[in-house]
Amino acid sequence: MRPLSVVVRTGCDIFAWFLVIFGASIIIHGDVTPGGGFQGGAVVATFISLLLVAYGGKKVLSWVRLNIFNSLLVFGLMLFFLLGIMGFPNSFFYNFLAIPHEVVQASGHGVIPPSGTIALMDIAVGIEVAGGLSLIVLSMFRGIRIFREGPMEEELGHDR
Amino acid sequence: MNWNEHLPALILIIPLFGAFIAPVCSLGGKTARNILLVAISFLTLIVAFMLWRHVLANGISYYVMGGDKFNLSLPSGMALPVRIILEVDAFSAFMALCGAIVSFAGALFSVNYMNRFTGMGRFVSLYCLLTAGMIGMMVTGDIFNFFIFIEISSIASFGLIAFWRDKPTAIEASFKYALISQVGSMFILIAAGALYGRYNMLNMAAIGSVLKMGSMEKLVLVFLVGSLAMKCGTFPMHMWLPDAYAEAPTGVTCLLVAVSQASLYGLMRVCFSIYGATMGSSFIPWMLIVFGLASMFFGVSMAVVQHEIKRLMGYHSVSQVGYMLLGLGVGLLVLDDARAMADYGFTAIKGGVFHIFNYTMYKALLFLTAGAIYYATGKKDLNEMGGLARRMPYTTFMFVIAAAAISGLPPFNGFVSKLLIYESSFAVHPFLAVVALVTSVLTLASFVKVFQTAFLGPEKSSLAKVQEVPAAMLIGMVVLTAAILGASLFPSWTLSTLVEPAARALVDQSGYIGAILGGGM
Amino acid sequence: MIGNAPFFVVGVLFLMGLLGIFMTKNLIKIAIAVSILGSSVNIFLVALGYRTGGTIPVHFLAGEGSTMVMPTPQAMTLTAIVIALATTALLLSLIMLVWRHYGTIDVDEIRRLRG
Repeated sequence: MRPLSVVVRTGCDIFAWFLVIFGASIIIHGDVTPGGGFQGGAVVATFISLLLVAYGGKKVLSWVRLNIFNSLLVFGLMLFFLLGIMGFPNSFFYNFLAIPHEVVQASGHGVIPPSGTIALMDIAVGIEVAGGLSLIVLSMFRGIRIFREGPMEEELGHDR
Repeated sequence: MNWNEHLPALILIIPLFGAFIAPVCSLGGKTARNILLVAISFLTLIVAFMLWRHVLANGISYYVMGGDKFNLSLPSGMALPVRIILEVDAFSAFMALCGAIVSFAGALFSVNYMNRFTGMGRFVSLYCLLTAGMIGMMVTGDIFNFFIFIEISSIASFGLIAFWRDKPTAIEASFKYALISQVGSMFILIAAGALYGRYNMLNMAAIGSVLKMGSMEKLVLVFLVGSLAMKCGTFPMHMWLPDAYAEAPTGVTCLLVAVSQASLYGLMRVCFSIYGATMGSSFIPWMLIVFGLASMFFGVSMAVVQHEIKRLMGYHSVSQVGYMLLGLGVGLLVLDDARAMADYGFTAIKGGVFHIFNYTMYKALLFLTAGAIYYATGKKDLNEMGGLARRMPYTTFMFVIAAAAISGLPPFNGFVSKLLIYESSFAVHPFLAVVALVTSVLTLASFVKVFQTAFLGPEKSSLAKVQEVPAAMLIGMVVLTAAILGASLFPSWTLSTLVEPAARALVDQSGYIGAILGGGM
Repeated sequence: MIGNAPFFVVGVLFLMGLLGIFMTKNLIKIAIAVSILGSSVNIFLVALGYRTGGTIPVHFLAGEGSTMVMPTPQAMTLTAIVIALATTALLLSLIMLVWRHYGTIDVDEIRRLRG
C-alpha cells in the first residue's frame, strides 16, 4: 500500500489521536451508557487502520511491534479472567465490588450507581479488543505483503 | 468453600485459562508450552470426571454465573430464571466426560505430532478454546449461550483446520466448513431469537416448562434440528465433514469428532428437554430416523471407494452418526407411549447413548492411528502403504482394536451398542435393522481393506526406514484403547453406571425443568 | 401492519444473503453475503426487543419515560456482532490464502477436494 498525499497524512496526524481518546471515553463509560469494552476497543483499533491507510504499510510496520499488541491482548484477557475468579467463593463472575442502590442514594454522591466489577471488566475487554483488533488488521496486512514480496515457506517452518 | 459446587464453572474456567495463558507460556519455549497443553487437558479430564461423579451422586447440578450464590436460580421475587445458568444433568456430564477424554488424548498426541511446526503458541491457544467451546455446549442451560459456545468452537476449528496454511486443500476445507457452519449458526440464532420473542426467556428448562406447539414453534424446531444435524454431519449436509476431518492436523481431527458429538448433544437436548412430549407429531422423529438411515448407508458406501486413509474414516464418521440418530430417533418416536417406551424405546436410547461413547472413543483412536501412520511414513494414500505391521507393532495392535470395535465384532463395545440399536429398531420396522446391519457389514469390509493394504502384505522398499512413533503419541492412543477395552470387557457395568443414568436423564424432561424452576430460595 | 415492517426487511435480507451464498461465484461476494445474513439476524433481534415509545434501558438515564426497550436482545445483538466480526476476519484471511494458492477467487476453479 502506498502512502497517500500530504493532505491526507496531515489530516491523519491531527485527528487520529482523537480516535484513541474517544475510544477510551467509550470504554470508561461502558457501564452507564450504550457502548462498552468491545465498541470502545474497536474505535481505538481504527487508529492503526487509519495510520495504515494514510502512511502505507511499510512505514507503519516499521513503527509498531506486534508483540505490544499481543501483550495488550493477553493482559486484557487475564485481567478479565482474574476479575471473574475473584467472585469466588460466591460464584464465578460474582460482582464483589457492587454497592447496593439504597446505600448510594443515602450517601448522596451523584446519580450514577457504582457498578463494581462491570466497569473494570469493560476496561479489561477494551484493552483486549484494542490490542486484538489492531493485531488482526496488521496481520492481515502482513499477509498481503508476504505473498507479494517473498516466498511464503520461510514464514512457516512446515516441512512437506 | 466447597469445590464440588463450583465444578460446572471450573470445567469451563480451566480450558479458557489455558487458552488465555498460552501466548505467555509459549515465550517459555517448547517444553513449557507442551506441559501447558497436556496439563490443561488433563485437569479438564479430572474435573469432568469429578463432575460426573458428583452428578451421579447428587442429581442435576446447576450453576448461576455471577449470582449471589451458585445455586440462586430464582432471586427473590422473580418467577423466571435470570442470569447465565449452567445446568449439568447425567447426560451432559457423560458427554463432557467423553469430550474430555478425547481432548486429553488429542493433546498428548499433538505434543509430538506438531513438534516440527511453528506457530505452536496459537495452536495451543486454539486447542484449549476448542475444548472450552465443546464442553460449554455440553454444560450450558441456556439456548443463546449454546449459540455462543457453538460459535466459539466453530471459530476455533476454522483456525485449526487451516493450521497448515501452505496446504491449499486445508484452506479450502476450512472455507467450506466456515461457510456452511455460519449459515447453520445464523439459523440457530434466529431460532433462539424467535423463542425469546415468544416466551421472553432463553433458559432451556424454563422454555420447556411453558412451551405449547404452534406454527412458530414448529419453524423453530425445524431450524434447530436442520442446523444442528448439519453440524454433526448427517447425510444431505455432510460434504464439509470428510474434507475438514481429512485436512486438519490429526490431534485436532480427534477433537473435532467430539465437537460434532456436542452438536448431536444439542440436537437431543432440543428434542427431548425443550420439546419433549409436547412435540405431538411423529414428523421430527421420523425425519431423524430417515436422516440416520441415509447417512448410515450413503456414508459407508462412499467410504468403501476412498483410498485416502483419513478421508475414508471421515466418511465412516458420517455413517456412524447415523446409528445414533437412528437410536435416539426411535426413542423420540415412542416418548409419550409408556408401554412402547418400556418395551423397546428406552433400549434404543440406551443404545444411542452408548454408541455416542463408543463412537467418540474408537473414531478418535482410528484418526490417531491414521495420524501416526502419516507421522511415521509421510504418506496418506493407502496404495502407497504396505507391511507396516512389522514396523509399527503397537499402532497396528491399537488399529485392530479400534477397527474391530467400529465394525461391531462381538467381544467389543461397538457390538453391544449396535445390538441394542438393532433390537429396538427392529421393533419399529424390520427395514431399519436391515439397513443398520448392511452398514455394519460394509464397515467391516472397508476396514478389512484398510488393514490388509496398510498393515499386511509385502513391505514397500520406500518404507524400509519407518519406525514406531514416539512415546507421547503412543500414550495418547493408549488412553483411548484403555477406554475401549474397559467398555468391552465390562459391558454390563458400563451400561448400568455410565449409560443408563445418562439415558434416564435424557428422557426425564420434568426433572430437567424442575431442577431450575424448583431450585430457588 | 406497519409494525411488522422490520420483520419483512429481515426476511428479504435473509433470503438475499442465502441466495448470495449459494448463487455467486466470487468468494469476496460470498463473504459479503455471509455478513448480510448476520446483519439480517441482528435486525431481527433488535426489532424483537423494541417497544413502541420505549426509552433506553438504563434506569437513571431514562428520564420520564416509563416503557423501556428490552435490553436482552440488544446484549444478544452485540454478542452476535462480535462473533460476526471474528468470522468475517477469518473468512477474509482464508480468501487471501486461497488467492495466494490458486491465483483465483472463482468458486468453480478451486475444486481440489472432490468426492
